[in-house]
Amino acid sequence: MNDTTPFAHAVHRHGTTVLRVCRAVLGPGQDAEDAWSETFLAALRAWPDLAPDTHIEAWLVRVARRKAVDVIRTRARQAVPTDRIPETPSDTDDPQHHDRDVWAAVAALPERQRLALAYHYLGGLPHTETAGIIGGTPDAVRRAAADGLRTLRRTLPHDDTPKGPSR
Amino acid sequence: MNHDDTALFPVDTDTLTRLHHRLARTADAEGLLDVTYHLVDSPIGRLLLAATDTGLVRVAFESEGVDRILQDLATHLGPRILADDTRLRTAATQLHEYFRGERREFDLPLDHRLSTGFRGTVHRILPRIGYGQTRSYSQVAALAGNPRAVRAVGTACATNPLPIVVPCHRVLRADGTTGGYVGGTDAKATLLRLEKAA
Repeated sequence: MNDTTPFAHAVHRHGTTVLRVCRAVLGPGQDAEDAWSETFLAALRAWPDLAPDTHIEAWLVRVARRKAVDVIRTRARQAVPTDRIPETPSDTDDPQHHDRDVWAAVAALPERQRLALAYHYLGGLPHTETAGIIGGTPDAVRRAAADGLRTLRRTLPHDDTPKGPSR
Repeated sequence: MNHDDTALFPVDTDTLTRLHHRLARTADAEGLLDVTYHLVDSPIGRLLLAATDTGLVRVAFESEGVDRILQDLATHLGPRILADDTRLRTAATQLHEYFRGERREFDLPLDHRLSTGFRGTVHRILPRIGYGQTRSYSQVAALAGNPRAVRAVGTACATNPLPIVVPCHRVLRADGTTGGYVGGTDAKATLLRLEKAA
C-alpha cells in the first residue's frame, strides 16, 4: 500500500507545461514531442519511488531538461543539416498556423532568452536554479526572460493572440 | 507555477491527446502501467472502467468521484495509472450490448484482486444468479456457505468493485424491496427493469 498520486494526474496537470518547455528549448517540431514522451516515460518509471513531498511540476521540468539535452546531443552527433521548420505563409484564419508562428518566433529568440523563458517563465523553476542551468546571475536570468517576452509581444500581432483558454 | 501569460504560448489539445495516446501505448508495451482506465456513457450514468494486465478490475460510477476512484486504485493496485481505452474496448462493447438488452452475460477476463476474504467469496458467487433473476441477501449468504452472514453479504454487495458485470444488483431485500446500491437505488431499479424486459 502506498499513497502516491495516480500518474494520470501528473500528465493531466503538467502535460501542457512540459510541452511548452520542450518546444521553447527544441522548437515546435518532432524533437519537442519526442522529448515530451521521453520525459513522461522516465517519470512513469520513477513514479512509485518518488518522495511524497516532491514538487511535481519542477521535477518534471528538470527531467524534461535532461531529455532535451539528450535530444540536442543526438542532433549534434547526426549533424546532418536538415530543413528547420519550413517558413509556410501564415494563414491567420487557421489556429494551427498561428501556433506555428508563435513557436517560430520563440525559436528565433537569442538562446539565453529562449532558455530563460523555457525554464523559468514557462517551467516555473526559480531564477537561481535557472541561472545554474544557463549560466549568469539570477538577475541576468530575470532580464533575459523579460527581454524575450517583450520581443515576442512586439513581433506577434496582439489581435492574433489566442483568445480561448490555452490549457 | 502557472502564469496567466502562458496563453501567449499555445499548445493545442489535439497534440496533447496524440502525445498522451502514444505515451500510454509505449508505457503499456514496456509493462510500466499498473492500471489503465476509460470512461463510457451508460443509461445509468457515466461509468469508469479500469483494467490491469490481468483483466477488468473495477467498474465505478462517475458519481463516486473520478479522483477518489483513481486514488483508491493507486493505493491498492499501484500509482502508475493512465487513461487509455486499449485494454477496455471489449468491456465497453459488452456493456453497451448489455444496456441495449442484447447481452445476458459477460465474457471478460476479470481481475478479482480488489475482492478479498468473505467479500471475495460473495463476489464470485454472484454471477451464478442468472440474468433476470433475483435472490435475497440471506439466500446469497446460504450460497456462500454462511447462512447467518446476511449483513456481511450486504457489505459485500455494497463494496462490489465490479458492479453490473458482477451482478450485485440482482440481490434484493427479503421483503422484495430493492435495497441499497452503489450507483443509487434508481440505477439498481433500471438494471432490474432492463433485465425483466429483455
